[in-house]
Amino acid sequence: MIPLWMYLVVAAALFCIGMFGVLARRNGVGVLMSVELMLSAVNLNIVAFWRYSTPENTTGMVFAAFLFVVAAAEAAVGLAIIISVYRNRHSVIPEEADTLKG
Amino acid sequence: MEFNAITLAFIVFSLVTLGGGIGVVTCINLFRGTIWLMVSLFGMAGLFILLSAPFLAAVQVLVYIGAIAILFTFAVMLTRSITHLPVRFTRLWANAFAAGAFFVLLVAGVIYPVWVVNDAVHFPVSDVTRTTADLGVALVSGNGFVLPFEVASLLLTAAMIGAIVIARDVDDEL
Repeated sequence: MIPLWMYLVVAAALFCIGMFGVLARRNGVGVLMSVELMLSAVNLNIVAFWRYSTPENTTGMVFAAFLFVVAAAEAAVGLAIIISVYRNRHSVIPEEADTLKG
Repeated sequence: MEFNAITLAFIVFSLVTLGGGIGVVTCINLFRGTIWLMVSLFGMAGLFILLSAPFLAAVQVLVYIGAIAILFTFAVMLTRSITHLPVRFTRLWANAFAAGAFFVLLVAGVIYPVWVVNDAVHFPVSDVTRTTADLGVALVSGNGFVLPFEVASLLLTAAMIGAIVIARDVDDEL
């Protein structure tokens, strides 16, 4: 079997790749895609911990399934906001949506 | 750790997942970025199978690759974000350094001292795992997770209605 820490290292690497995307991408859609990567890494962590420490419970799987739901809701609302911002300001760059800035 | 088919599959799926992720954050053409996102999520589904969670792998392929990645493709096309952005990154090197430093911090500060040196949960405590049928029962049984299940469906409905309301054309009559 693969030791647990290898899964944790893969998940940490994917999380940091996603974090870089969230911080550095200019495009709002790219930022949301990077957020999906981060959520996916967290899901890998949850499933790995479930498999290695409490495989006799269903809690870990249920938690991972709810994370799918949250990721789907986040993607739908986030993309709707980006499309709305694009329609009003003709830009997908998050820094340019600064109407509320004082 | 001996080298066998599971190890090979783990290495391949990890490389697919991480390579897809790097493709998502670095490619210029965001349409290709959505393809890379599908690649990465597919590798993640393979890792779920290695972790003996086949239902989650199927959901990963159906929901993420089948629905969310398509949603991203729509968003890329609707916003014409392929042609309108000459600059890919903001503060590239500072952010790359921050992400790399965070990775080093996670591995050297958390994963190495807790799970590599100390082998408390190095390997699975048992090979008996809960199956998809157990998951289905747990989601709808009264002493299981039926309330979170209903709340999750409510959340999905609210997100769907909210997305329609936010993205609707304001010129339409109500």
